[in-house]
Amino acid sequence: MHKNKSNKVLDTKLDAVSLSLKQSIKNLDSYTHVRGESLYVDDVNIRQGTFHAVVFDSPKAHGKIKHIDYSKAEALEGVERIFTYKDVPGENEIGGIIADEPLFAEDEVHFWGMPIALIVAESEFIARKARGLIEIEIEDLPVITTAKEAKAKGSFINAPRSFSLGDTEKVFAECDYVFEGETFSNGQEHLYIEAQGAYAEPMENGNIKITSSTQGPTAVQKTIAKVLGIAMHKIEVDVTRLGGGFGGKEDQATPWAVMVALATHHLNQSVKLILNRHDDLRMTGKRHPYESSYKIGLSKDLKILAYQTEFLQNSGAAADLSPAIAERTLFHATNSYYVPNVTTKVLSCKTNLPPNTAFRGFGGPQGMFVIESAIAKAASEIGVSAIKIQEANLLDENDTFSYGQIAKKVEAKNTWHSAKSIFSSDALEQEVADFNKNNTAFKKGLSFMPITFGISFTNTPMNHARALVHIYLDGSVGISTAAVEMGQGVNTKMMQIAADVFSIPIDKIKIETTNTTRVANTSPSAASSTADLNGKATLMACNALVERLKLVASEDLNVSEKDITLKDESVFINDKPSELSWTDLISSAMLKRVALTENAHYATPEIHFDKTKEKGHPFAYHVYGTAITTVTVDCTRGTYEFDSVKIVHDYGKSMSEGIDLGQVEGALIQGIGWMTLEEIAYNDDGKLLSNALSTYKIPDIFSVPKRVEVIPVETEGNDMAILKSKAVGEPPLMYGIGAYFALQNAIKAFNSNYDLEFHAPMTPEKVLMGLYENKK
Amino acid sequence: MITFILNNKTIKTSEHSGTTLLDFVRYQQRLTGTKIGCREGDCGACTLLIGTLNDDTMEYQSITSCISPLGNAHGKHIVTVEGTNLKDKLTTAQEAMKANYATQCGFCTPGFVVALTGFALSNSENNYSNAIDAISGNICRCTGYKAIEKAAHQVVEKLEHQEKNSFKWLIDNGFIPEYFESIPQRLKDIEGKYINQPKGKYVSGGTDLYVQKADHLADNDVHLIAEKDYLKGISIENGICTIGTNSTVSDLWNHTALNSILPNLRKHLKLVSSEQIRNMASLGGNIANASPIGDMTIFFLALNSDLTITNEKDEERSVALNNFYQGYKTYDLNDRELLKTISFKLPTAQSFFNFEKVCKRTHLDIASVNSAIHLLVENEIISEAHVSLGGVAAIPKYLHDTSAFLTGKPLTSKTILEANEILQKEISPISDVRGTSDYKRLLARQLFFAHFTELFPNHFTLNDFVQHA
Repeated sequence: MHKNKSNKVLDTKLDAVSLSLKQSIKNLDSYTHVRGESLYVDDVNIRQGTFHAVVFDSPKAHGKIKHIDYSKAEALEGVERIFTYKDVPGENEIGGIIADEPLFAEDEVHFWGMPIALIVAESEFIARKARGLIEIEIEDLPVITTAKEAKAKGSFINAPRSFSLGDTEKVFAECDYVFEGETFSNGQEHLYIEAQGAYAEPMENGNIKITSSTQGPTAVQKTIAKVLGIAMHKIEVDVTRLGGGFGGKEDQATPWAVMVALATHHLNQSVKLILNRHDDLRMTGKRHPYESSYKIGLSKDLKILAYQTEFLQNSGAAADLSPAIAERTLFHATNSYYVPNVTTKVLSCKTNLPPNTAFRGFGGPQGMFVIESAIAKAASEIGVSAIKIQEANLLDENDTFSYGQIAKKVEAKNTWHSAKSIFSSDALEQEVADFNKNNTAFKKGLSFMPITFGISFTNTPMNHARALVHIYLDGSVGISTAAVEMGQGVNTKMMQIAADVFSIPIDKIKIETTNTTRVANTSPSAASSTADLNGKATLMACNALVERLKLVASEDLNVSEKDITLKDESVFINDKPSELSWTDLISSAMLKRVALTENAHYATPEIHFDKTKEKGHPFAYHVYGTAITTVTVDCTRGTYEFDSVKIVHDYGKSMSEGIDLGQVEGALIQGIGWMTLEEIAYNDDGKLLSNALSTYKIPDIFSVPKRVEVIPVETEGNDMAILKSKAVGEPPLMYGIGAYFALQNAIKAFNSNYDLEFHAPMTPEKVLMGLYENKK
Repeated sequence: MITFILNNKTIKTSEHSGTTLLDFVRYQQRLTGTKIGCREGDCGACTLLIGTLNDDTMEYQSITSCISPLGNAHGKHIVTVEGTNLKDKLTTAQEAMKANYATQCGFCTPGFVVALTGFALSNSENNYSNAIDAISGNICRCTGYKAIEKAAHQVVEKLEHQEKNSFKWLIDNGFIPEYFESIPQRLKDIEGKYINQPKGKYVSGGTDLYVQKADHLADNDVHLIAEKDYLKGISIENGICTIGTNSTVSDLWNHTALNSILPNLRKHLKLVSSEQIRNMASLGGNIANASPIGDMTIFFLALNSDLTITNEKDEERSVALNNFYQGYKTYDLNDRELLKTISFKLPTAQSFFNFEKVCKRTHLDIASVNSAIHLLVENEIISEAHVSLGGVAAIPKYLHDTSAFLTGKPLTSKTILEANEILQKEISPISDVRGTSDYKRLLARQLFFAHFTELFPNHFTLNDFVQHA
């Protein structure tokens, strides 16, 4: 733990900042979004003579490459060149955490869709046509598609991880109830509407500029340097915005950027690669499917005394971010509950699927699904409502998590009981019971879903960011940070901070693109931490500039610095306006040769984690909330509609209620999609069957809950959050888990013989089969 | 030359008519507000408006440009998001999206804006449900739609005092730019309703063909038939309804007489893809695609429809739809023959018709199983029965045995339960990405029961067919 000097400045400023803007601010980008003027990678003006690329990928999930014939493809008019691993001047390696993933396959292929070559041609159309002319012969090797198979064959990414608290074995023997079972949660396709893509331009001296749709510009830069065998400073990565990321562009935006960089390196011409949807679906990894087993022990009064679980993570053919995702599964294995005796273990299983990767929640949702399943099972066996067990075990102040962190400023019970009273949940439960008594063709189900989610990269060294703030001589401001805008509104939040600290209108502030030459060595925009980390850095930079400007003003106005504030584009003395305006102040600072640029570095204080002991304090804070979900099942057809999801959510003190509400609603619907409609299917050969939008269905406007109510719980917020506004990106996704259990409850109301299965997603098929299984 | 007005600009192009409209707009005209999401009509990011001049008035419909051939734009007004933009301020639809935080990453946003603008320009009644239908083909991965619903509400509110078919009102109220007023005259000035066309693959709306082989169609000759008048039109004469195969699903949706003959028509058609696709997809295409789960095929099978087929010599022949299909994707249609019309006997006062469809996602999805039924019931006796079932065989299945069994039987739960036994013998579902064979069997049974609980709610409840535990 190190103390950062400038963090002190920040702390003293926190409460002084007023958030007058927070009500009125719309998403900064919305004006150009609605006019179709926002630029994404495929929209940037390309240089004359730009080549277009298409990836040739493996048509088998596992095998030895015996022979590839590129001659017909190369002979096609308009084809410039085809690149393979043989053209890699540096290392043919793109693995981030573990070096186990080649950019292009060499002698073997490890998943269906694994890149083998890059076809560069005058147009994408020609390149695609050329791809059809490549002949390849692959000798089949055994294909593993499930985590269980991988475990049986000892195929793993790395060593297993395990957290423990108390003495699980001993306590199970003392429990009144012990239940065991298995669960499965399927993967999930990110389905950012903007597919993966990158554009490379040659600069002088072999330098390359990359425009990329990536959440991690530094990862792109670093990996290109490694693959090309050149220094990082020769690569500039620029990101304007993404058309959706959700974790899918944290690590997996990298290969496409590396490929175009490689082609540009050789050809000295611009090269663009935008994956079409089928290629994107086939070649990229998804949320990890998990096969898990659990054992849960309870006392007569429904206290969970012991919990044990083994998570089998289907990692795919290479590590990608799997080890970090596996770790977060362990962090969230007990969700919002205090369990005194816990043993959790996760195995990252190596299979022949595309390397699975980050997806909003990052392993947390998979962990939470298992304990919610265990509770549902226990409730069903004991003959009580799951709500009773959930409520009896909610986390309290000073409880210990299995990883050693002591829970502070806990809102688990607060959000739970607030939800119960605000939404009159007793009456709601009664309504459902009455409806079910009076109807046979339709049944309703209700569930509670509490969430507790830790905020910070669990890899402590990643928790840092920088901001570079320029005040130009006319008083306008430009801000660069490491934050990548992907719809979450981080640019708007950065702008709010600067507008508030400088007290100038928002049209005087511009948020620049995210660019590795302005802000270097960045962590990806991920882990819900982007606004916290970059916001704190921006705040520090702006505060430092204000301190300097106050000195200028005090000289100009001949008053003490202490009496000066900046307000409404003017300098105020003792809260009264002086004649010195913001622009005059900047002019004066220029004449006095005062630096109007500041670069601030923020590193989250206090956090640490010891992976050898699996104990520490990995999170800056936790986000809490509770959702109540109600669903109506059509028992004739097996289809369903969600009546409502009612949420009490812990925003801390939101900076922008509109933006934050959008994050909650969007994450909730994504979570519901994962639990209900979205079904990834591979066949036994490892071929993706849900390979198009016609076969992979994400929620549309008709399938979302009819009502979504989100009530902010009143909390004082957390100083570790930017302006006490808690991270909001990932946590609400896990409210969607409630959808699964609401559906199960509705099925049970129709078919008392229904045998609870924990096998997500709960598609209309599973619902119908459940409604009629073992039915007499 | 393909000639049309793109936003405020007249285009004359000799580009291949089988190129997609999307590629032309984005890469030839550099109008990058139209986005590429899926290239198969399943996301709506590339939504455009296509305006047709009909007797001095413009009719605008939304389409997905990724599966639309450029040649179909000939003689039309094509509107992209840029073509809706006002100078230095937002349109009413744009403002509604912005004000309600209905845009996050922004990539799907232009598609929503265009579709909502299309709703304002359309003839459909101004209400919230129709506004939502207008954006039913637009997928958003960020917002969870609740904010978009608010934006749609705001648009509906702003349209409350709309004067129908008045460009002036829409211009004065900030929905569209002024140049729209000049479009009807400018379209009249475009000469030649038809473009010269080579022989080649027949393409109507293109909604299926472009999903399957857009590259092939962009690289080979196509023969566009969407504008051929002899394939158009819906007529009702002598108790027979005859529908030209170029009719789109929306043409059925909008047809007043058809809606009174089949009162639940819109409820049924709402289960068919999305508004954008319904605006393009032709009936003939759905039949000739021969998908075992073609919604309209299943629909017309139960109406015991007949097809008229024509060839290049204008010779005609007739075939019953339930004899048309021979095997998986094979059917009774020779080279250079075209489906011309589909016709069916009008339902009578004793008729009962129902359509059912279940898929993973209720809307804009392909059925796991779909089914239609048409019954004539006189004095509690089924005097005529036609049942069709999709997703359970290699072809869209007309259930000959089940239909025959039902004929002459009393309308009782016993009859229906026995008919299900026969139905189960007639079908042979396979396991695929749309469900296991066990599921499809169960679903086939349930949808068969659903026909009767829907059509005769006073006679039957679910309990009559399945025991309640």
